[in-house]
Amino acid sequence: MEYFLSEEQKTIKSLARRIAEERILPVRAELDEKEEFPWAIIKDLADADMFRVFVPEEYEGLGGGCLELCLVVEELSRICSAVATCYAVNALGCFTLIDYGTEEQRRKYLPDIASGKKLTAFAVTEPTAGSDVSAIKTTAEKVEGGYVLNGTKQFITNGGEAEIYTVIALTDKARGARGASAILVEKDTPGFSFGKKEKKMGIRASATRELIFRNCFVPEENLISKPGMGFLLTMKLFDHSRPGIGAQAVGIAQGALEVAVDYTRQRIQFGQPLISLPVVQDILGDMGTQIEAARALVYAAARMVDSGAKNVTEESAMAKVFASDMAMKVTTDAVQICGGIGYMRDFPLEKMMRDAKITQIYEGSNQVLRNAIAIELRKRRARTE
Amino acid sequence: MNVVVCLKQVPGTTKVKINPETNTLIRQGIENIINPFDTYALEEGVRLKERFGGRVTAISMGPPQAEAMLREAISLGADEAVLLSDKTFAGADTWATAYTLASAVKKLGQYDLIICGRQTLDGDTGQVGPELAEMLNVPLVAYVSRVEEVADGQMRVQRLVEDGHEVIGTSLPAVISVVKEINVPRLPSLRGITKSKSAVIPVWTVQDLGVDQSMVGLAGSFTKVIKIFFPQRICQGEIFQGELENQVECLVGKLRDAGLV
Repeated sequence: MEYFLSEEQKTIKSLARRIAEERILPVRAELDEKEEFPWAIIKDLADADMFRVFVPEEYEGLGGGCLELCLVVEELSRICSAVATCYAVNALGCFTLIDYGTEEQRRKYLPDIASGKKLTAFAVTEPTAGSDVSAIKTTAEKVEGGYVLNGTKQFITNGGEAEIYTVIALTDKARGARGASAILVEKDTPGFSFGKKEKKMGIRASATRELIFRNCFVPEENLISKPGMGFLLTMKLFDHSRPGIGAQAVGIAQGALEVAVDYTRQRIQFGQPLISLPVVQDILGDMGTQIEAARALVYAAARMVDSGAKNVTEESAMAKVFASDMAMKVTTDAVQICGGIGYMRDFPLEKMMRDAKITQIYEGSNQVLRNAIAIELRKRRARTE
Repeated sequence: MNVVVCLKQVPGTTKVKINPETNTLIRQGIENIINPFDTYALEEGVRLKERFGGRVTAISMGPPQAEAMLREAISLGADEAVLLSDKTFAGADTWATAYTLASAVKKLGQYDLIICGRQTLDGDTGQVGPELAEMLNVPLVAYVSRVEEVADGQMRVQRLVEDGHEVIGTSLPAVISVVKEINVPRLPSLRGITKSKSAVIPVWTVQDLGVDQSMVGLAGSFTKVIKIFFPQRICQGEIFQGELENQVECLVGKLRDAGLV
């Protein structure tokens, strides 16, 4: 399908593919097996300017937007979605800073993020607050010159590896979700430590840890936007980042499709290649169609985000939901048509199937997002009455 | 530290045709790549620049299509590139190639180091680097596997020899040829690619170099390839089959018959 990408976008996509094939492919199974954070690949991505893609030009970035980010994430995910996660979460960790930070905050942090010198993370989830983001308990009490953080964040991607964290904490407990604020916390701040590293089903090379705050003081200038804006900023952030999860899902599915096509072409059963069997063709045809439909939706949503449209909640959620459900189905089908070999850990498909699952869960579970889409549909109808 | 890196564009395949008249490779219309050994030379040049400052200039003698390779060199960190291209350069042997490169280096002006790959994938001679040093009258260290130190116009390097490493000190300017153990070449960067697209790559002809036509290309070559052919396979393996004991007996019998045991 022709998506009319610009020359620059094509360059970004092809370089990301080259890095994935030359640097990630040879080590992806080992990274998955050892659950090892891919620092060497992070360096390759940094050297290739991949972290500059989503940072504005004024701060040593390349000024790309959601679509450019999606192109990189898709290509990396086609080979290894765990590495793609380690990369993509940096956008999540700094989009709030880019969109709502002060000039001073941006100058201080963005150049190091653009160069890949410092990784970032975003922390909202807590033991009691998953889909129900408003149930967070971590507090940021106002004191002379800053805030004191107390509480525990859970399942934080890049936790322990990142240097800069955007943390959502309650600056006003009494106001609930309206009392949440976004605060930048640097690694090595006294009172800030890391809990256990999670053992995950998929995206195992990515690091997922607890963040623990015990009387952790951060200066006032680390507050992003105004007190009480944390919840709103989180919702805005996810609206902008969800097409990226869609792109991750498209990449995983594309990778699985390619493996399945290659294998079914050479596997002989009943005297012919598997791919000649109508039952296999039926499944492959569906896989290809579903992937292309998801890609079109993801790119369209990303372009809408980049257009500066005010409300992208619905489109962005649709792209994430559709693409992630598609990836789960496509990877499961890929394992199915490759039979026994598809189930083996020497073959890449079972990893892709494990990796696909998280895309239905994180950055808003698909069920919560379907609710959000339905609410938008209802609101729109109500407006026309 | 100003570094000149010599690059050659080579066929990215083994399916090349030979010009029956000149017995040289027909380079038109096939996919070309940077000679893999030269990618280590370029990477080392860029790393030295990153450590000590200065500039990296990539030069190549080749047909007009070699410009694409020089653009790639810029995307990989070279600051500028010059293509030496002229019909009279065609068919050059290593001597004429080194002469042309040496003339270009003289035209470039001041330099501290010239880096070449240990050999090319197509010609496989490994002679151009040493000849270049000879013609420029500067020291040569071949098969360098590590640059240890550069200071005060001196350089200490490790070179790979058959039974280990030698540590060698040399004054600068010098020519080194590098082996693949020296580094892992980087991939291009997005900013590098953008820069390479708009880079102006001058093309120097025989007139630009101000050299005699009889010294370059086929005319300036001392050697001529008389014939190129694929060697006939004369050795053939034999696979013994059946029970292991019988296989061993067959093998021992054959070795005895051949008088080897």
